[in-house]
Order: sequence, then structure tokens, then C-alpha cells
Amino acid sequence: MLAAIAFYVFAAVLVASAAMVVTARNPVHSVLFLILAFFNAAGLFLIAGAEFLAMILVIVYVGAVAVLFLFVVMMLDVDFARLREGFQRYAPIGFAVGLVLFLELAFVLWAWTPAPEAGGLRMHPQPGAEAGLSNTEALARVLYTDNVLLFQAAGVILLIAMIGAIVLTLRERPGTRRQVIAAQLARVPGETVVLRQVPTGAGLKDLGILRPPLPPAEEPEALPEPEHHGHGGGHH
Amino acid sequence: MMNWTLALPELVLACAGLGILGIGVLPRRQDMFFPVTMAVLGALVLAGVLTIGQGEGAAFAGQYVSDAFARFGKVLILIGAALSLMLALDFNETDRDLARFEYPVLILFAALGMMLMVSANDLMTLYLGLEMQSLAAYVLAAFNRDSERSAEAGLKYFVLGALASGLLLYGLSLLYGFAGTTNFDRLADTLTGEHAASLGLVVGLVFVLAGLAFKISAVPFHMWTPDVYEGAPTPVTAFFASAPKLAAVVLLARVLLQPLGELGAQWGQVVWLIAAGSMILGAFAAIGQRNIKRLMAYSSIGNIGYALIGLVAAASPDPAVRDEGVRSLLFYMAIYLLMTLGAFAVLAAMRRRGRPVEAIEDLAGLARSDVGMAIWMLVFMFAMAGVPPLAGFWSKLFVFRAAIEGGYVWLAVIGVVTSVVAAYYYLRIVRVMFFDPLNEAGALDVRPASLTVVMAATGLFTALFSIAPAPLLAAARTAVAAVMGG
Repeated sequence: MLAAIAFYVFAAVLVASAAMVVTARNPVHSVLFLILAFFNAAGLFLIAGAEFLAMILVIVYVGAVAVLFLFVVMMLDVDFARLREGFQRYAPIGFAVGLVLFLELAFVLWAWTPAPEAGGLRMHPQPGAEAGLSNTEALARVLYTDNVLLFQAAGVILLIAMIGAIVLTLRERPGTRRQVIAAQLARVPGETVVLRQVPTGAGLKDLGILRPPLPPAEEPEALPEPEHHGHGGGHH
Repeated sequence: MMNWTLALPELVLACAGLGILGIGVLPRRQDMFFPVTMAVLGALVLAGVLTIGQGEGAAFAGQYVSDAFARFGKVLILIGAALSLMLALDFNETDRDLARFEYPVLILFAALGMMLMVSANDLMTLYLGLEMQSLAAYVLAAFNRDSERSAEAGLKYFVLGALASGLLLYGLSLLYGFAGTTNFDRLADTLTGEHAASLGLVVGLVFVLAGLAFKISAVPFHMWTPDVYEGAPTPVTAFFASAPKLAAVVLLARVLLQPLGELGAQWGQVVWLIAAGSMILGAFAAIGQRNIKRLMAYSSIGNIGYALIGLVAAASPDPAVRDEGVRSLLFYMAIYLLMTLGAFAVLAAMRRRGRPVEAIEDLAGLARSDVGMAIWMLVFMFAMAGVPPLAGFWSKLFVFRAAIEGGYVWLAVIGVVTSVVAAYYYLRIVRVMFFDPLNEAGALDVRPASLTVVMAATGLFTALFSIAPAPLLAAARTAVAAVMGG
């Protein structure tokens, strides 16, 4: 009884917030509704007894993906009015494609007769259920034994994605100043601090010292500083 | 049943890829391209040797299978990957931004994905192998990141490829929903008898066909091909036109013959249409092209059409015709792979004053400035046009014979007519090279030695194939026996 009530509450909020994701005018609201939808979907998973999937959904989708969306929406100046510009023009084509897909789905639903033995084949007995294993543990047992090939292949795919992202975006510019931690740590006070007798009333300008003498030219700049900032009176 | 050692070629290739990646990253030097390329070539050769000695059977709970059909595909995939990597050796060194060590590593991982594809015995393995290959291919297409066209090619390929993957997944989920299993053997058991042609199952089948037709760039899912082939760097285009196409065709053949073998009456018609459309479009759309890479893109669409004739014959109810159809399909793809790589070696050698040139007119008068290259190109163009006794003639003859024996006379007629049309643009290139005056912009640069090696290897194969056709025919026969035997 309680589970049924929880199911209908979660399901209703899920559908409503999913509808809000696509209809909300403010994109930030859309993302927030998306997060709400994820939480409700996690609730549904919990009711179904899949607590691992529920937690993964919250951690990965809410914790990482949705927050990333939020960052993008808030940081990039995306002009949503301009994105919707072509809507009128492309709407008929979109509706036509949508109608075809809908009809196909309807056909599948009405004429759907699975093979008689499909139900039995689909059942995957939960390993270790009689020993009282949790479903996270059971999942791991299947994932790392029967499906180890697929698991590793998925890992290689992620590695390729990583290589691709680096290859396409990382550029080594010759002029950039990089922080060299070893050089920073190797500095001794004698190289950087100059003690001078300053007469009373005389400014630093009068002594001709604005910054300590630089180390030899090939030494990399030890401190990370924006290039354009420079030192106050150094050049002028 | 776990049987790790059966997948030794893939495991070795994957570990070698990780090791080579580590070697490439560690030294803080820019010129790691050459050593890493050599290491990857070594790894590909090693995997090839291991593949030839690979055992028979299924592994990883039936998700992976090793049989003669898979081994036939794998050896050709590794040859294709190695040759297209050799094409890149000097080409990439000339364009400094292309000479980064990630290039050979991505080719290696793409080859790994393709090997998984042809060894797939489960819908999930199929999908993961396909994605592994595709993801590496998207990055390779955009590898020349300072070129707008290369970036456009990568983005277009990525977006359309993701759409095709979505279609494929939808189809696979319908197949799973019908049968309740993703394993090919159990699918084949389920999809027999009177309930073989349920409507939902046919819809799923059509979606799977659409997704895979995109990967082999068959009409009507060919739109991306000319733009991607033109924009990507030439060695990458050579790679796209060779090994991934062969892998996707072999995968398509396995999916249609093993789990969906009983549905031949359904998929036969769809493949018939795809084959006819590809042949017609490949022949007529290429006529007006001025860019030779675009021309090769349409040529590859047409060639896929001819190869699929063999698959149509494999839908026939007569087992003898079925065997002959699959055999001619494998035979066609093997010869196409080597012919195409040779032609692309010539395209990669097309440079003038260090800059790559791509117009057909740039080949004008090539016979006067570099007669060797002109003769190799003549061999490849004649072979693609189907002039006897070159290899391309036999491959076309076999698919047409299979079609006629299976009663698909109209398909054979379309094939012959489009071959004649296609011969026009292949022969036009020969005319431009041999009979036109030298291009006023001057002769092409001297071709590098690595390209000459590729041209000579593939050119000798194409020209002298008729002398010793027996090994390839025997290999195709064994491969077909493995997949049709059950």
C-alpha cells in the first residue's frame, strides 16, 4: 500500500518535472527540473529494489552531469531566442518525422508478440540471492565474470574518448609561462631578497630599485602571473 | 565458459596499445610520431600472426566467437590498418600538426574495435566494438585541427554517427525485446518457425539495417561520405574507405546470416534496394566531381553496392546460392580493400610545393613527370572499372554470377550498367594523366618512399592476382563454411 502510494507520487512528479524541462522558459529552471526528475527516477529505482542504480543515478547524473549542464547554461552566453528561430520553418518536417516514429511505435505496441520462450530467456537469476547478497554485490559478480569482456571494452571506449578530447584541444603554446614547482622550491632567500640601507625620507624610486635583480634569462619565470599584468613601473 | 586465451589477439593488441600510449606520453619530446608508428605497426603485425594461429570456439560466456569467418575479416582489417598507417608516415611528417603520436594509437584502438566487431557473438559485443571503432574514427577525421574542413568533417561524422548508433540501438532493443536474449546462437534458436516474422521484429530488423548501412555508407544513409572523405586528411580517408568498411560489412553479414538467418525473405528485399541504390548513386553522382577525394567517396558507395549483391544472393532459399553469395561478398571486399588503399596511396602522394592538392586536374600530364605513379594509378583505375585480367574484374564477375544463379537478374543488370557508367570516370582519370598536357602549376612533388611501397604492394596484388587466385578463394571458402555450416 505504502509502496503503491510512493510509486504514484514519484511517477507523477517525475512526469510533471520532465514536462517542465522542455517547457520552462528559463534554461536554468529547465536544468533544475531535470535534477528533480533524476531524484524521482532514483526513487522509482529504490521501489523496484535496485538500490545501486538509484544511488548511481543520484551520484553520476545529479552530482556530475546535471551540475555540468548548469555550469554550461550559466556560463556560456547561449541566446535561446536565436536557437528557436528556425522553429516555424522546420516544424512541419519535425511533425512529419514525429508522426512516422509515433506510428511505428504504435504498430510495435499493438502487434507486439514476443517469442514464447523470451520470458524465460530474459530471466537472469540473481547470483547469490539465497546467500543474502545485496544487489550491488550481485551486480558486481555478473559484471566482472560473465561480462568482463564488455566491461573492459567499455573502458577502452572511455580511454579513446579521453585521448580524443586531449588530441583535439590541448595546444602547447611556446609563449606561455608555466609554474615550475621545483624551481619555486629551490629558490633560496639570497637570490630573491636584497637588503639595502635606505636613507630616511628617500623613496625606493630614488634608489633605482623596483624589483629584485632577475635570475639569468634562461631560468623560467618562477611565479605564475598573467602575462599582460606585468610589474607596475617595470616598463614605464 | 571463460576462455581468455581464445581472444589472445585482441588482448595483446589492447595491452600493446596501452603500453605504446605510455611510451608516447612519457618523454617530453615532440618527435614521437615515427617511433610510435613503428611500434603500432609491430603490434598490428603481431596481432595478425596471433590471429592466424587463433583457435576455434566461443569465449566470454558466448559473447565472443573465433571462427574462420572472423579470422578472415581480422587479417584483412589488420592489413588495411597497417597499410593506411604506412600511408600516413610521410604524409603526416610533412604537415607538422598531423605528426602527433596519438594518430597511430587511435588507429590501433580502431583496429581493436573492428576485431571485436567481426568476432561479436552477442548484440552487446557488436555495439561496443562498433562504438570503439567509430569513436576513434571521429577523432581521426578531425585530426587536422587547424583546418576548418577537417573540423567540419569530424563534427558531421560525429553527429550523424551518433544518430545512426541511436537507430541501431533502438533496433537491437526491439530484437532483444522479442527474443529475450542478446546472444546470437540463442537468437537464432528463437527466431525460427512460424513466429519468425512478427511485425515488431521486422521493425527492429529494419532499424538495425539502417544503423549498419550508415556505417558502410550505403544509400540512403550515404550523405556524410563525400563531405567526411573530402575534409579528413588523406591517410585518414584511406583508412575510412578500407578497414572499417570491410569490418562493418563482415559484421552485417554475420548478423543477417546467423541470428537473423531465418528472416532472409524480410531482409533480402531491404538489402536489394540498398544495393541497387548504392550502385546507381555511386555511378551517377561521381561523374560531375572535380575533387578526387569526393570522387573516391562516391566510388566507395558504388563498390559497397556491388558487394551487397553477394549479400542479396545470400538471402536466397537455395543453400548453394547462399554459400556462393557470401563467398563473393567476402572476395569482393578483400579485393576492394587493397585496390582502394593503392588508389589512396596515389592521392596521398599528390603534393605540389609541399601542399596537398586534390583536384583531378592536378593529375594532368602525370605520365610525363612521374610515369611510375601514373602506371600504378592506371592499374587501380582499370581494376576498379573492372577491366580484365585485373583483380577488380574477378570480384565483379563473382558477385554478378552469384546474383544470376540466385535469380536476381535485374540486380545483375543494374550492376553491369552502372559498371559501364562508372568506367567513364575511372577512365577519365587515366585520360587526364596520360593524354592531357602537364598542369600549368607544374609537376607534383617527388613521392616519398613509404607511399611507393604501398603502391607497389597493392598494385602488384591487383595486377597479378589472376596468376594465383587460389589462396584468397580458399580462405573465403573456409570462412563461409564456418558461418553457414551450422
